[in-house]
This record gives sequence, C-alpha cells and structure tokens, in this order.
Amino acid sequence: MSTTADTPAAKPAAPARKPRLTDEHGRRIPVWELVLRYALLLAVLALTVGPFLWQLSTSLKGPTEDIFSSPPKFLPGHPTLHNYARVSDTIPVWDYALNSLKVAAANVVTNCVGSALAGYALARLRYRGRGAATLVFVLAMLVPAEGIIIAQFTTMRELGLNNTLVGVVLPGSVAALNVLLMRNAFRNLPYEVEEAAYVDGADVWQRFCRIALPSVKGTLAVVAIFAFMGAWDDFLWPLIVLSDPSKFTLTIGLNYLHGTFAGDERLVAAGTVIAVAPLIALFACLQRFFFRGVGEGAVKG
Amino acid sequence: MSASTVSRTPAPRPARPTGRRPAWLRGRRPAGRPDARPAVRVRRQLPTSPWLFAAPGLLVTAAFVLYPFLSTVVNAFTDRRTLVPGRFVGLANFRELLHDDMFWIGLRNSVLYIAGVVPALVILPLLLALLVQKNIPGIAFFRSAFYTPVVASIVVVGLIWVWLLDERGLVNSLLETIGLGRVGFLSDQWLLLISAMTVTVWKGLGYYMIVYLAALANVPRELHEAAAVDGAGAVRRFLTVTVPAVRSTMVLVAALSSVAAFKVFSEVYLMAGPSGGPAGEDTTLVMLVQRTGTGLSGRVGYASAISLVVFVVTVVLMLLVLRADRKEDA
Repeated sequence: MSTTADTPAAKPAAPARKPRLTDEHGRRIPVWELVLRYALLLAVLALTVGPFLWQLSTSLKGPTEDIFSSPPKFLPGHPTLHNYARVSDTIPVWDYALNSLKVAAANVVTNCVGSALAGYALARLRYRGRGAATLVFVLAMLVPAEGIIIAQFTTMRELGLNNTLVGVVLPGSVAALNVLLMRNAFRNLPYEVEEAAYVDGADVWQRFCRIALPSVKGTLAVVAIFAFMGAWDDFLWPLIVLSDPSKFTLTIGLNYLHGTFAGDERLVAAGTVIAVAPLIALFACLQRFFFRGVGEGAVKG
Repeated sequence: MSASTVSRTPAPRPARPTGRRPAWLRGRRPAGRPDARPAVRVRRQLPTSPWLFAAPGLLVTAAFVLYPFLSTVVNAFTDRRTLVPGRFVGLANFRELLHDDMFWIGLRNSVLYIAGVVPALVILPLLLALLVQKNIPGIAFFRSAFYTPVVASIVVVGLIWVWLLDERGLVNSLLETIGLGRVGFLSDQWLLLISAMTVTVWKGLGYYMIVYLAALANVPRELHEAAAVDGAGAVRRFLTVTVPAVRSTMVLVAALSSVAAFKVFSEVYLMAGPSGGPAGEDTTLVMLVQRTGTGLSGRVGYASAISLVVFVVTVVLMLLVLRADRKEDA
C-alpha cells in the first residue's frame, strides 16, 4: 500500500502552490478544500487499490520471507517470481487461463454478432411478430440468472453439453440486455442515410453491414467489453456446469486452488494476480467504454 | 423458438394487402403517403427474412432462458432428481420448505444481506461521486482507480479479502500493531456475514459511483448557487439540493443493489466455504439452490422450488422499490 501512497502523494502539493485553480465555473477552490479533497481521495485510493497491491506484494514474497509479520511488511524484501512458477506446478493455471480466454472470446463473438443482428431486426426491420420478439428479450432480461441456473444445468445435461466449454458459453451467448442495447443504438440512428441507400438499391444486408453497423461501433464495443469481462469473471455458472478439473476456467481453478492449498497464501496470491492482470490491463486501455457501459446498462436495468 | 417457425410464413411480404409501406425501413412519413419507389420495391423482395436476423438471439434466449424458466416452474412441483425423472408431487416441495431449517437460514441471510448492503450502496457511492465530481488535477486517475474492484472477478476479490481478513492476515496484523487484539473475521458466523457484505459493498462502490456521476452531471448548477446565496452550508445543500435531484437514481441503485444482494452467492461461498461456514449458518438462498440442485444426486425439484422463491422475492423487491418511488412522487 505504501507504493500507492507514494506516487500520487506528490499531487496535493502541486495545486497548493498554484492558488489559481478554479472549478468549472471559474470560482477559485480554496486551498483547505483542495487539501481535504486530496486527503480523502488518497484514503479511498488506499482502500480500493491497496488490497490488490497487498496481493501483488504477497505473491512476490519468497518462501523464506515472513508474510504474517506484525507490523506487516508492505514490500517484499527479495521480490521473486518463484510463486508464479510454483502455481503452475500445482494447478495447470495456464491451461485454465487459456480456457477462460476461449470462453471469453467466444462470448464476445456470439454476443456481438447475435445482438447486432437481433437488435437491427428489432429496431429497423418491419415484419409481423416484431413486438412479440421484442417482448421475448424484455422478459428474458427480467428473469434472474440465479433463479434458473438448475434448469439451465439440466438443459445442458439433456443436450450432452455439461462439462464442456461450449456449455459454459451457450446460456449467455446472446444476452437479452445486449440485444436491447443494440436495438436502442440502431433506433437512435437517423433514418435518412439508410433510406438513401435503400433508394440506391442496397439490400438489407448491405444496409446493415455498410451503414448501420459502422454507426453503432461505440455500443458494439461496450457489448464486446462487457461480454469479455462477464465471461472472464463468471463464477457460479462455470462452477455448476464444469466438473472435470482439466476443463476448469481460471475462476473455478482459483477456487479449487484455494480449497485445496488454502495454507499457501503466496500461491493463491500469484493465481489471483494472473486472473486479474489481463482485465486491469484491458480496463486501463479502454476505460471510456467501461464507464459508458455502466451508464447504458444501468439505465436499461 | 416456436415463434420463429410460426412467423416464418409471412416473411415474403409482397402479398400483404395492407396498403402500408412494405419497406424494410420503418418509415417516419405520414402513413397515408403512397410509396414513391415502386421500381426499387420489386428489388427489395429478396429472400432475406428479418427472422434470419433475429433467429440466433431468439433461439438462445428461448432455449437457455425461457425454456429453463418454464421448466423451473414445472420442476418445482415434481420430485425430479438429476438422474431420475420426476413425478408430479403437488405442493410437497413447498411444504417441505416450510419445515426446512436450512431454507429459513438461507432466507434470513439473504434478507439480512439486503439490509446490510443496500443502504451502504445507496449512500457511499453518492458521497464518492461528489468527491470525484470536481475536475481537479489527477481526478481521472482517481476515478479509474476507484473503479478497479468492479473490473476484477468476484473470485479474485473474494480471495483477496479472505487473505486480508485471515487470522494472520493484514487487517489483523494492523489491529495487533495498534494494540487491538486479533479478530476472527472468518470464523464467527456473524462477523463472516458482515465481512462478506463489506466485500460486496467494496466491489460495488465504483460501479454505482459512475451511475451517480452521470446523474450529478444533470443537476442544475443554479440550484446550488441559489442555495449558497441563501446561506446554506455544504451539508444543507447536499440534503436540500443534491439528494432531491438524484433521488430517482438513488431508487434505481436501491433496486439494482437489493436484487443483487438477495441473490448473493460468490462472496459468501468463497469466504465461508461451500458448506456455508460454521454449521452452514452462513448459507444464502442461492448457495442452497446450488448445493441442493447440482451434482449427480441433486434434488432438481426441490432446488427449483427454492429458485422459484428467489424469483418471486426478486420480482416483489423490484415492485416494492418502484412503488416507493411513485409514492414519493405523488
């Protein structure tokens, strides 16, 4: 945690030296308020990011280093990647990561394709039964996943897909929420461009692929990111549907590691760092889509 | 699924004598206006059915959401097991529920979870949003940092906190350093539940902070200024200007977080273990569903009955929150 505090700690000093700092309405922010704000921000920062850094620090501590010391030692004395090698000797963590990646990638593709197509059909195409089709997705969105999980499991057994990665992907492969998000995105496009293309003789596929789809890239990116995150982070469903340890995804593998080798905190810490690092990297690169997704999802939900 | 097969027939649409514009585009012109493009219209009748577009989504939704939902309802009235097809048993599952201690423990814990988590998730993210709302240098970094727990998997978050709250973990080391004794956060039934709630709140803060930020952006600045001119302090302005302005967002957050809290599974499962802590006293309803209904000897029928309770409570919660909203409006 000390590492967090170090970097941004320099910041409160800087604005204090520049007393011209103003808020969005041109009023000066008093120095005491700035100091208070940064103090609070740093405190919350320690609480939200600190636990991740503590986990990272634990994972880098060697086998001889005391991880239980009191007062705690925040930084590893002799940082080592030894635990990362050990965790892959203990559970096939890279296979699990690959399984998670497969599931997440498949979830992204199916959700993007399925919800873009269905969203376009609901927003732009005209046919009998469109209202009923919309209703299907709205109803599906209201059904809580936890309430039908046992029946989903028996359905997968009936299809012979339990204990397969396909079975992990299928139930969420075209989420109703995503379909409705795409529908709204398409509905908000102006009609004129598509009408012009229609007059020029573009058929429905051409209008969809060349005109409508490029205009909703932003929403599509939100769908893709949340599909990836949802699949990568999911726990309950893979836990129910996967029973063979060779097919585990990372989250299930971590749960297994924790249950079996609960004594070795360094190993579990290394495993959790492996699981969380890709998502934090993704988030760091694509923040605005994450935030945008919160807005659209919350309004919808 | 059936919808798509039935409706495939009307897809070749030229024969429709409605007189309305049969175009694929949903027109916004006045309905009475005749279609001005007969020549193009002929070319439009290609064998691309709109149902082809909707089919993947409809199939998945029907097969993996609606069908399981219906079979949950049906199974709840049978004694089906994972490997044994069920017989109709009427209300026997629900009668059994009434006498099942574990069910009441699960219901109690899930309701307690709402009581513990929802107030915190309605208020704390609002305060946090106010803290990060003002554009001071470096604020974007703080906003992103506060969102990090949302991005992490609940399993990662759960295991991080299991280690933090361990008997020999960081929190206890700190407590010991400042002279307080060590606390068995993960061994006492109630402390464990409170710890799990803390984790839920910790993970949810950033998400609802962003929701509130969007709402705060729409609060008219003039209201604050008028209140300030009238001599209202920061706290007063918060209560008389900010809270009323974001009230509908607070209701939304209450609805979302109470439904999520009632269905809590992962946090408690990871922190208390699969059997739900000492003597199963920390089992939640969804944990009970998972434990009862899965595996080769899973009691699908009984688990479906519990699922149905989860579903009904979820719907009632939503309705209650929405009604509370409307009442306050009136």
